[in-house]
Amino acid sequence: MLRLRATATARQHWHGERDQATGPTRTCPSLEHSPLTEFWSLKSDRSMARVEETGGDREENKEEETSWWSPEAVEGGRVGEGPSRGSRGGRGGDGGRPDTPPPPPYSDQVLENVLENVLQFLVCRRDRNAASLVCRSWYRAEAQTRRELSVGNCYAVSPARVVRRFRCARALVLKGRPRFADFNLFPLGWGARFSPWLAAMATAYPWLERVCLKRMTVSDSDLAFLARSFPSFRDLTLICCDGFGTAGLAVIAVLCRNLRILDLIENDVEDEEEEVIDWISRFPETTTSLESLSFECVNCPVNFSALEALVARSPSLRRLRVNQNVSLGQLRRLMARAPHLTHLGTGSFRPGIAEDLNVADLEQAFVSSKSLICLSGFREVAPEHLPAILPVCANLVSLNLSYAVITAEQLKPVILKCNNLRTFWVLDTVGDEGLLAVAKACKNLHELRVFPFEATEDSEGSVSDVGLVAISNGCRKLQSILFFCQRMTNSAVVAMSKNCQDLVVFRLCIMGRHRPDHITREPMDEGFGAIVMNCKKLTRLAVSGLLTDKVFKYIATHGKSIRTLSVAFAGDSDLSLKYVLEGCHSLQKLEIRDSPFGDVGLLSGIHHYYNMRFLWMSSCMLTLSGCKEVAQKMPNLVVEVIGDRPKDLDSDTVEKLYLYRSLEGPRDDVPLFVNIL
Amino acid sequence: MAEEKKPLDWNTAEEKKLELRLGLPGEGEDWSPSPEKGKKFTPLEASLSLGHVSKVPRSNNFTASPATKREAFQQPKQLEFMQLQKAKEKACDGLLQNSSHASRIAATPVVGWPPIRSFRKNLAGAPQLSTESPNESSKAAKKPENERKSLFVKINMDGIPIGRKVDIKAYDSYDKLSLAVDELFQGLMAAQMDPLALGTPKISQEKQVITGLLDGTGEFTLAYEDNEGDRMLVGDVPWDMFVFTAKRLRVLKSSNLSTSSLGAVSRKRSNGS
Repeated sequence: MLRLRATATARQHWHGERDQATGPTRTCPSLEHSPLTEFWSLKSDRSMARVEETGGDREENKEEETSWWSPEAVEGGRVGEGPSRGSRGGRGGDGGRPDTPPPPPYSDQVLENVLENVLQFLVCRRDRNAASLVCRSWYRAEAQTRRELSVGNCYAVSPARVVRRFRCARALVLKGRPRFADFNLFPLGWGARFSPWLAAMATAYPWLERVCLKRMTVSDSDLAFLARSFPSFRDLTLICCDGFGTAGLAVIAVLCRNLRILDLIENDVEDEEEEVIDWISRFPETTTSLESLSFECVNCPVNFSALEALVARSPSLRRLRVNQNVSLGQLRRLMARAPHLTHLGTGSFRPGIAEDLNVADLEQAFVSSKSLICLSGFREVAPEHLPAILPVCANLVSLNLSYAVITAEQLKPVILKCNNLRTFWVLDTVGDEGLLAVAKACKNLHELRVFPFEATEDSEGSVSDVGLVAISNGCRKLQSILFFCQRMTNSAVVAMSKNCQDLVVFRLCIMGRHRPDHITREPMDEGFGAIVMNCKKLTRLAVSGLLTDKVFKYIATHGKSIRTLSVAFAGDSDLSLKYVLEGCHSLQKLEIRDSPFGDVGLLSGIHHYYNMRFLWMSSCMLTLSGCKEVAQKMPNLVVEVIGDRPKDLDSDTVEKLYLYRSLEGPRDDVPLFVNIL
Repeated sequence: MAEEKKPLDWNTAEEKKLELRLGLPGEGEDWSPSPEKGKKFTPLEASLSLGHVSKVPRSNNFTASPATKREAFQQPKQLEFMQLQKAKEKACDGLLQNSSHASRIAATPVVGWPPIRSFRKNLAGAPQLSTESPNESSKAAKKPENERKSLFVKINMDGIPIGRKVDIKAYDSYDKLSLAVDELFQGLMAAQMDPLALGTPKISQEKQVITGLLDGTGEFTLAYEDNEGDRMLVGDVPWDMFVFTAKRLRVLKSSNLSTSSLGAVSRKRSNGS
């Protein structure tokens, strides 16, 4: 992976070199002449910092970062100064200026064309960001050849700026609200609307093919506008979005003739009864190019015959995930129509009224689906039907039973056959015993999520430290775990830290607040401490249970690779926050709620906030003056104080703080209950 | 109220001077943050304890930022913070320790905790078992509906495209529900009413309170859809029956009400819960 940074002095050096260079004998300036050292240091240059690219491309663990290097910021606003300017002929301003630059001289153009031909092969965003920093020529060439844009915070940069820099994008990945918005911590109407982005792209990228949105507000008219604006449009993925309903989906179905992917994942779809539209029947009558259709979250009745017909005329369909209004009998028919499916979301997995199905019939359907590697759904599964999937278990790579209310005994026959499983989501109703079976069978498990059947603080909880230890013993290759429980011990967490050294994501949620180790009654500091000490690859951590300042000291000392940290009901004092902000050098996303951290802690992060995507703090001990101080000292930071109602903003205590770096300053769509400092 | 304390490593002399300690008069506790000191109480804890055996070690070391002006409200705030945390803990710990209690007291629900998206809730009561195939699968699933802890129903409001979910089990009366609905939509209503509003909300818009939801006097009226699909006005039936039958809610403009769209249009309201 390329990581190129050049000093300011190197830059001048390069300018000098370019002065002397003549025509075709000049070599590519950057690699030869610029030593690869710090371009500018954060401490000396208070302007918008270079943004580190983060994260790989793993599904649920995307920690993507924007990396918008603004030349204005880099040059400290002194664009155009320096000895080389006059000699650059028609070059004039730098390539990144808002105005369209005059074309470079011929020799430069040739060079850039060559460069473009090379750079187009760079796919990884991190590589591209690094390449764009080498010199202006590379910056321009990279901008011309970047096909996929990834914006981690829709407010960090404006659509106009994006569109100005990248002229040839074909795909956009855009994220809006931070994760805590999923838990009703952001008031309705806070923002993150897709409309302005859509408007900009409709003119700039008429050839747009792919859009992936996460936690944005997308309206039906947005969807209609999208469908009309991009004739080559192919892939639409909406994750945890809201604001649209079946009307918007209908327009997509009608107008997007080249649609390959329509994945609707965990969105909050408006489903007002009288306004539900039969969007499935709106797909064109001809053969479609659909490869993936996921609508589990669209909780409206489905016109089944239209769906069946659609599947029948979609020969490329490999991924089909239906909602819970599709019965078991209907599912069987769909499977018969699409025997080459690789991913199947099974809907309710329950026989409909008057459907008389036995397990043998169902099993046969699965026997025929030889390509299945991923199963989900099971929204209303009756345990006796679950064994129907046995024929495909050996091939399964991913199994999501997180809606299936089953016991350990019901799970065992199935899971013991799933020896190739890499991803497994399950409800805690299977208990520690069920987890033991998982540990025995799934030696290749990379990701485990255990969800609570009863998501309340005082529920009994069926899994515990026992289950966690079992998993850690059996699943040594575990990389990602999300575990909800009510009882946990430090020793279990320590055991996992030692057994599962490949852990990248560790999220433990002890649902009862402030719960200590249930055996020793100690805080959970040592357990989480062991995780950060032993799991060197850890990039994402969520802590819970009774925690003191000590655990944050551990995190600060050892969690040097941590990029996302979630804290709730933890810590004793500002020390905790101070430790984390001073010690976790890779930290990019910090979400905190209900912890006794105040202004002192907040201010201790001033050196680091430009390196982060965002900080969220709610129900802590912040005051308006503390937040104002941060806002004053950091001009490229947007500091939002959010109240549930406009009147909440009058008080001096800050209930909700959301701050993030941005090249644009305060956004212009601020609702009344948000105050930008 | 500020106490002397021994200096900590990270303290500069100046910070130490300005540092606030949380403490009540007369108590000489050591407020150092190191939890190796083991289990210790605060007077707060003692006063709130139910006498249960487990002692939760908490060192309460809130250091305030060095603005002594804020002393006056910060200390009570910190006390309040601790008290609030303790009260919530009490409810939970009490249940843990006294599991023999027949009735389960719902702890004060905290918004967004545990961090589970709303579509994953309501599982404890979803129709997982058909009546014709009873089996011994998880007894929890057999829990009758009215013992569910939470019941999230969709709520929409006229004129606002985005709906929300509310947990109607979190309230025990119509008035509380009405208040919650008011809070839920107020912010959004305010945003809708003045889409051009920029900058400081202190150039104040009159806060639009949604009143009169239940008695037909306000601009909006709360209605619900029951398990038979009928639209009803909220408030006609006893609260428990409402919780049992309500499947979704809607905040209607009172002017939009028409007799044809409602199942039971009685304007006579039985009062209260």
